[in-house]
This record gives sequence, C-alpha cells and structure tokens, in this order.
Amino acid sequence: MSITVQFFASLREEIGQQQISLPYEHDADVMSIWQQATEGKNMPANTLCAINMEYVKPDSPVNDDDEVAFFPPVTGG
Amino acid sequence: MPAILLDTIFNPWDELQRYQSKHLQAGHFGATATFVGSMRDFNINESVSHMTLEHYPAMTQHYLDKLCESSAQIFELDDCLIIHRFGDIRPGEPIVLTAAWSPHRAQAFDACRHLMDELKSNAPFWKKEVTDDGERWVHNDQDS
Repeated sequence: MSITVQFFASLREEIGQQQISLPYEHDADVMSIWQQATEGKNMPANTLCAINMEYVKPDSPVNDDDEVAFFPPVTGG
Repeated sequence: MPAILLDTIFNPWDELQRYQSKHLQAGHFGATATFVGSMRDFNINESVSHMTLEHYPAMTQHYLDKLCESSAQIFELDDCLIIHRFGDIRPGEPIVLTAAWSPHRAQAFDACRHLMDELKSNAPFWKKEVTDDGERWVHNDQDS
C-alpha cells in the first residue's frame, strides 16, 4: 500500500529528492501527496503533475500503487 | 510509427532514409515532410557550450507513442516518425527529428508541425544549458 513520488528537473533540485515512497492513504489527491512529499512546501504555480504517465490536475484522486510525478514546464524539441 | 529516444548523436537524414526504405512502400505516399531541430551555440544573448536534456523516460516514451498514433489518425498519414535525444548534447548536434508521410502535401506539412508543437508543449523533457556563467535551466518562454 504505497505511492511512488518523482520530481524532475529544477523541482528535483529544489526539493532535493528524485524519488520517494509514501504510504497510501484513503482520499489522497495530488496536492496532498505534494504536501506530504515536500513537508508542506508551497507548490510553484506552474508545476505540472502526472499520475501513471498522464497529465492530471492537483485535485485528482490518487490510488494505491500510483506513480505521481511533479515537474516544471517542459522544454524539449 | 515509432517514437525513438536516443542518448547518442544521430544523423537525421540517414535515419529518415533508413526508416522510409524499410517501412514505407515506394509509390504509395506522395509527400514527406520533415523537421530537424539542432542545438544552437547561443541562447538569451549568451554563448552556450553544451547542455543536458533531462527527461522522464517512461512518460516521455508513452506520450510520444500516443502522439504518433493520434497524429496518424488526425491527418490520415501513411506513417510518422519521431526521434529525440536525451542526455549530454553539443552545439550543432541534432536534438529532434519529426517526419510525416501522407498521400498529399497538406497533411504531411500540417502533421509535421503538429508533432513538433505538441512535443514542445507536452513531452517531459527539460534543457539545462552550460554557459560561461555556469548552469541554468531553460524556461519554456526562452525556448522557441
């Protein structure tokens, strides 16, 4: 019963972690996962969120075994 | 219609020719549109010596695969191809290749632009440049 949380690029450097595991809690959403993973840091306004490789909003529900990712706006290509 | 992620330098024209000769039937398509993006040695009025392109591997592959599939349907393509680098990149090296094959030119042009526009907006890559003043993350409003 756990959630995998990943941070990328500048957010990874700011948070100081690339990947952590959190215990799954009923009624968790993306924002509550951010709060737990960052020990209450404010989420930057332009942060992008994904669950299991799909973009989601911060109020999206999180299920057991999900992989939740946080990262800044993308700059590929 | 593959999306390929590479951590080594590639020749986009060789890859294009290799893919086309292997996967497309000569005479069946009438248009091939391609785009190649390469690394500049300058950005925001500063020299850039090299950069690192970070990505979220599983999501990048997933997103680009879906983009190829959806673009092929939207523009009724015969095929399309995306090749994108990650890791350390030097000025002059290709970063990305997009290609679209279709019966007529309009769909090929439109699809090739769509592939690049969607990729730049949504594929989880991040550029970190190295200049004389040190390292810096590139922001999306500095990256056209």
